[in-house]
Amino acid sequence: MNIATIEEAKRDASYYKALTALLYQLADDDFIIAYRGSEWLGLAPHIEEDVAFSSINQDTMGHAAMYYQLLEDLGEGDMDALAHGRKATDRVNAVLLEIVNGSGTYLTEPKYDWAYTVVRHYFYTQAKKIKVEALKNSSYEPLKHVAVKVNMELYYHLLHWRTWFRQLCTANGEAKTRMKAAIDRVMEDFDGVLLMGPTGDQITQHQLIDSEEDIRRRFIDELTSVFENVGLTFSNNMGMKSGNGRKGEHTKDLDDALLTLSEVYNSNPAAVW
Amino acid sequence: MQEEVNIMKVWDALQHVKDPEIDSVSVVDLGMVEAIDVNNQEVTIQMLPTFMGCPALDIIKKNVENEISSLKLFEKVKVEFIYQPPWTSDRITAQGRIHLQEFGIAPPPTLDDSGEWHVDCPYCGSTYTTLDNIFGPTACRSILYCKGCKNPFEAMKPVSTMM
Repeated sequence: MNIATIEEAKRDASYYKALTALLYQLADDDFIIAYRGSEWLGLAPHIEEDVAFSSINQDTMGHAAMYYQLLEDLGEGDMDALAHGRKATDRVNAVLLEIVNGSGTYLTEPKYDWAYTVVRHYFYTQAKKIKVEALKNSSYEPLKHVAVKVNMELYYHLLHWRTWFRQLCTANGEAKTRMKAAIDRVMEDFDGVLLMGPTGDQITQHQLIDSEEDIRRRFIDELTSVFENVGLTFSNNMGMKSGNGRKGEHTKDLDDALLTLSEVYNSNPAAVW
Repeated sequence: MQEEVNIMKVWDALQHVKDPEIDSVSVVDLGMVEAIDVNNQEVTIQMLPTFMGCPALDIIKKNVENEISSLKLFEKVKVEFIYQPPWTSDRITAQGRIHLQEFGIAPPPTLDDSGEWHVDCPYCGSTYTTLDNIFGPTACRSILYCKGCKNPFEAMKPVSTMM
């Protein structure tokens, strides 16, 4: 199956619904994780990491922008409004990605947890890599092209987070203990990242991306071998402790984040930046 | 015939549109221009973004529009960013590679089978260099250090669809 144009995608209501559902998930996930990452600016463990993390966040926000652009092209509304104007309950990002980096804000006493950030970003990037590889064969051609583009940049992101993950897991003392605790916390909500939500079956049926089971299996295989490598055991015990974001369930953390990140946009939504 | 002449003029004019942060390298040399189409009084320039989150894209678009409008050959100038084919670092022209080096930025290295980079220092030409940070001050660059002349320098990141 190959859907090359917007008109074709709109002809079949079920296809359109599945396609837009998937695009919202991809866009909202990247959007909020890029925001959480950007809150580390100036606070990362060292200057090189500050440079690297900023670049990664900028790329990731660029990926979200491409997905919102595809939604705009499909007639879902202006992409800036899609990114900034939607309420938390309309968002379908995985809840894991909206959770705060730690206590405090970047303005006052930010006690952010680097171990949690490394694990969350590494796991997310690994899952994203598997999804993006699958999207390169998507039935929706414009999405296929975006996936090729995202994949080239993602290569460096994954390399980056995997390196941090390995090094901290194989370090002795506090690092290892904190990484183990972070892994447990991330796993409690990681199911939400792999989940394709209420339209999951249609998304697979229309060959927009591989099935949730396939992606889950590849994710588990990959992590199992990386864990083995660092002398840990991957227990495949994922949950959705803080809610199912794909259904619009979210935490207060998302409300707070939206309030902050959309402050400038909301001051004058009609302005051109 | 006139159309072909006009297209050539557009290509020439685009040589004047430089990367906003590297003023020795044009968007043509960077391999960002994919196609130029003329349809009656309208010209469409299709461009490939280097990195997606690059904040310079809007500036580049504006600069291209201004440059081509000033030719006064067309009633309408359209600049479109497209993703297919994807921009890869091997689209940078030979001239672009020379100009990058003149600016003090090493051109993107070619990757060998092992994925290792080999980057020569743009200042002294030494091959005795180390990679400090794959990520640099902009999305498309990395930070390296030359153990020959003891200068830090930047290199364009290699990106390829093979990754």
